[in-house]
Amino acid sequence: MKHIVIIGNGISGVTAARHIRKNSDNKITIISAETKYFFSRTALMYVYMGHMKFEHTQPYENWFWKKNNIELKQGFVSDVNTDKKELTFKDSSTISYDQLIIATGSKPNKFGWPGQDLEGVMGMYHKQDLEKLEKYAPNNNVCKRAVIVGGGLIGIELAEMLRSRKIPVTFLVRETSFWNGVLPAQESEMINKHIKEHHIDLRLNTNLKEIKSDENGRVKSIIIAETGEEIACNVVGLTAGVTPNIDFLKESGIELGRGVKVNRFLETNIKDIFAIGDCAEQHEAIGQRRNIEAVWYTGRMMGETLAQTICGNKTAYKPGHWFNSAKFLDIEYQTYGWVFSERSKKENEAYFQWQHPTDNKCITISFDKNTNKFLGINTFGIRMRHEIFDKWLTENQPIEHVLEYLADANFDPEFFKLHEAEIIAKFNKENNTNITLKKKSWKRIFAR
Amino acid sequence: MKLIKQSGLIIFLAGLTFFIGILFTGSFNLTQTELDTYIQEQGYKSEVIKDELTKAVVTEDNLNIFQFSSRTINAFEASNNHYDALIAKYNKEKNWDKKGQQYQYKISGKPHTLSYTLAKKAGKGLAADNTGLAWFLTFGLGIIGALMFIIPDVVLLGKPGIKNDGIFLSAATNRGWIGWFAFIFLVTFYILLYFKADLIVNWVYLVDPISKSISGNPASQWFLYGFLYCVVMTVMAIRMYIKYRHNKYQVLRTTSVLFFQIVFAFLIPEILVRFNQPWYDFKNAFPLDYDFFFKWNLNELIASGGLGIFILVWGIVLTIVVVPVMVYFFGKRWYCSWVCGCGGLAETLGDPYRQNSSKTLLSWRVERIVIHSVLVFVLVMTAFALYTFFSEESQVLGIKTQTIQDIYGFLIGSIFAGVIGTGFYPIFGNRVWCRFGCPLAAYLGFVQRFKSRFRITTNGGQCISCGNCSTYCEQGIDVRSYAQKGENIVRSSCVGCGICSAVCPRGVLKLENGPEEGRINPTDVLLGNDVDLMNLVNKK
Repeated sequence: MKHIVIIGNGISGVTAARHIRKNSDNKITIISAETKYFFSRTALMYVYMGHMKFEHTQPYENWFWKKNNIELKQGFVSDVNTDKKELTFKDSSTISYDQLIIATGSKPNKFGWPGQDLEGVMGMYHKQDLEKLEKYAPNNNVCKRAVIVGGGLIGIELAEMLRSRKIPVTFLVRETSFWNGVLPAQESEMINKHIKEHHIDLRLNTNLKEIKSDENGRVKSIIIAETGEEIACNVVGLTAGVTPNIDFLKESGIELGRGVKVNRFLETNIKDIFAIGDCAEQHEAIGQRRNIEAVWYTGRMMGETLAQTICGNKTAYKPGHWFNSAKFLDIEYQTYGWVFSERSKKENEAYFQWQHPTDNKCITISFDKNTNKFLGINTFGIRMRHEIFDKWLTENQPIEHVLEYLADANFDPEFFKLHEAEIIAKFNKENNTNITLKKKSWKRIFAR
Repeated sequence: MKLIKQSGLIIFLAGLTFFIGILFTGSFNLTQTELDTYIQEQGYKSEVIKDELTKAVVTEDNLNIFQFSSRTINAFEASNNHYDALIAKYNKEKNWDKKGQQYQYKISGKPHTLSYTLAKKAGKGLAADNTGLAWFLTFGLGIIGALMFIIPDVVLLGKPGIKNDGIFLSAATNRGWIGWFAFIFLVTFYILLYFKADLIVNWVYLVDPISKSISGNPASQWFLYGFLYCVVMTVMAIRMYIKYRHNKYQVLRTTSVLFFQIVFAFLIPEILVRFNQPWYDFKNAFPLDYDFFFKWNLNELIASGGLGIFILVWGIVLTIVVVPVMVYFFGKRWYCSWVCGCGGLAETLGDPYRQNSSKTLLSWRVERIVIHSVLVFVLVMTAFALYTFFSEESQVLGIKTQTIQDIYGFLIGSIFAGVIGTGFYPIFGNRVWCRFGCPLAAYLGFVQRFKSRFRITTNGGQCISCGNCSTYCEQGIDVRSYAQKGENIVRSSCVGCGICSAVCPRGVLKLENGPEEGRINPTDVLLGNDVDLMNLVNKK
């Protein structure tokens, strides 16, 4: 029986622990400095918004861990001794391991802005950030205005959170249009518009210069780099991306880049030490993926994979087709396969796009303009079936096939208005094709 | 807009205050002639009751309903005590003939029911005499106020989308003081309705004209309840329409429950009465309609000719054929959240409380024990009732059928379905009855779990375990525990309200009816991984 110690109780660490438990009776200890019990980080926003209580973010009841013989330890690991296979905590206590899994996730980026450590400046990542926000922005009397720096997924979520309590929000976005490094222009522009509809003061092409303090060391205002404008505010949210949370490993001898360097088996340079989730950095990128993937699903998949290796079934991390999802205020977004923005797409990649004339719905299908091979789809305001797209991607289907069978892929609730016919009509018109929509077929949908 | 909303709240509270206050108004007494007529109508043989009631209620005093109720109850008690004493006396003397004769003088019935019938004849005052005005001050202000409170949300809630901001920050929806107040109000209301109807006779006056216009008869407390039910559902359905206006499934479903409540549960039965037919709600299936096979009901149906026989056949076919076949094709949602009256109230009035249902494993265990016990109870009781009907024996194995029926009616029919089932909405969520008590739900649950095309499909690997689905499941299903494993949700208790799918921020859940094969799909490793790994690990 080995002792597996996991640092970090996020989705990666907990998934690894669950699967190791399923397949073995190894001793498992999960260490966290943040909370005793696993919670869903993605749901923190809903606690502040009053959609949930914190306990609702915990996917397992508290008895789960004991019942499954997974030990939970609260503490902050300050040092890893890879020779003695021992961890030292901040309070100088130690714990030894046979195999170590580093799953410490990320921390918010700070780019050395003056005033970035003032009171009232925060990220939105840890449970402690939620507590801080509750302290500094409980309502719009205490917090007259908040400024959010960084136009990504966490930034827009933080804006939504603050707006739920009617706190005025200024949203500084470096790019010319929201998230247009990732999204095609059509979609990015739709989101710009939607952000403004939610009474968020969206400032594109705008960078932060500094954060100013009042006499008590609290945020008073921010200065915009481009114009020098000063905006009075009580809270500054720093949401300009995240970076692996690995400072405690600097002296350990474990090979680090931006994250913990791992091979395809999620092994580090030191035997019996592995890294998964946001903090792991692949030596070489897998397909078109980034070396560091700070995404819920990849964290979970790495946990599933590593558990196999640890339980004696050595398995390489081979994620399947890329997929992701998010929600921008009221607009749901799903993506399957690769759709790159105009800024980063390759020469052979072409778009087919459709947008609803009035509603916040649109799609972009990316395909190879030489072979017509379907590469990926972004959908906004329309839900799609993961399994179907996964299958089409595996089968290397052409875009015509995707459109013809698009009704099979729709995953909107029953009675919702469907748009496949309009979408195909637009494609036919643009490409002089004659694709006809096939009726939805349960047989095809559930074929295995 | 905010101003309209706030004024609406004030008007609603005024209406509520009048509604509660009106119970304390009015005076109750009878003239000697009125009383004599009443006693004759009722056919009381007691020689004592006339004097006792005369003493009690033929008076110039302005009795309020509470005084009237206790005096009347005392009068009936005095009469019955009188004959009980005689019975005891003759028993002692072993004078069996005389003893036997006394029983005919006893007046049966629950004290508050006897008192209610008399009170209905005796009231004067605002509610009884100035019904239109009183109706406006109570129902009228309540409806206007509630609508003024609800309708501005079209603007105030902003763009269509999920509107759950602040639910756990509000005293009304997070078991705060407003929630507890609502709890006390609802529980008190149901106790009065079921057990002390005489005390709410003023409310019944309010709907007399409406009842007369539909069925031709004055209202009973059950008509009041039916009317109030429809009003509350309509007002709260408007709230649903606004809150879920982006979601066509919710809009249609709300329309459907509202239609079935107003037309099937309220209007048709009353109209049947107008044509001297038995009161019957065509969608109310046994065993939820637990007294369908009671002797009195069967006798009444058989006695009322063609339509009665049709109802008898329909009632049996509904339970044995229609309900399970529909559940096979659509899941139990077709009944529980599209048709049923209890479900209808839960999905309208109860919607603000759905998040309060417990999701623990413990409550699931309790749920399964309790709901299946109720199912067994109702089946045993019905077996007794049918035996009694066919054999004409009032007892089975030494147990009186009537006693079992009374216990069921009291414990399950009144306390569980009413007082707890609805009264506890603000505390335990809006499906307390449907989740823990309803025997029909238990029956449909078996069909849904073992032989149905319905499932909530989990969308591959898209779940982020946020927990919105579980939080807003009124049936206390831990939806997330399935979704995060990539597993479809096939649970006997799911009523298919569709809210989990609506609140999911990542488009993970879809209610659908598809082939039975592969409906239950346990997975260990989720979609998104390497195909080989998935095949290896998920192979069972």
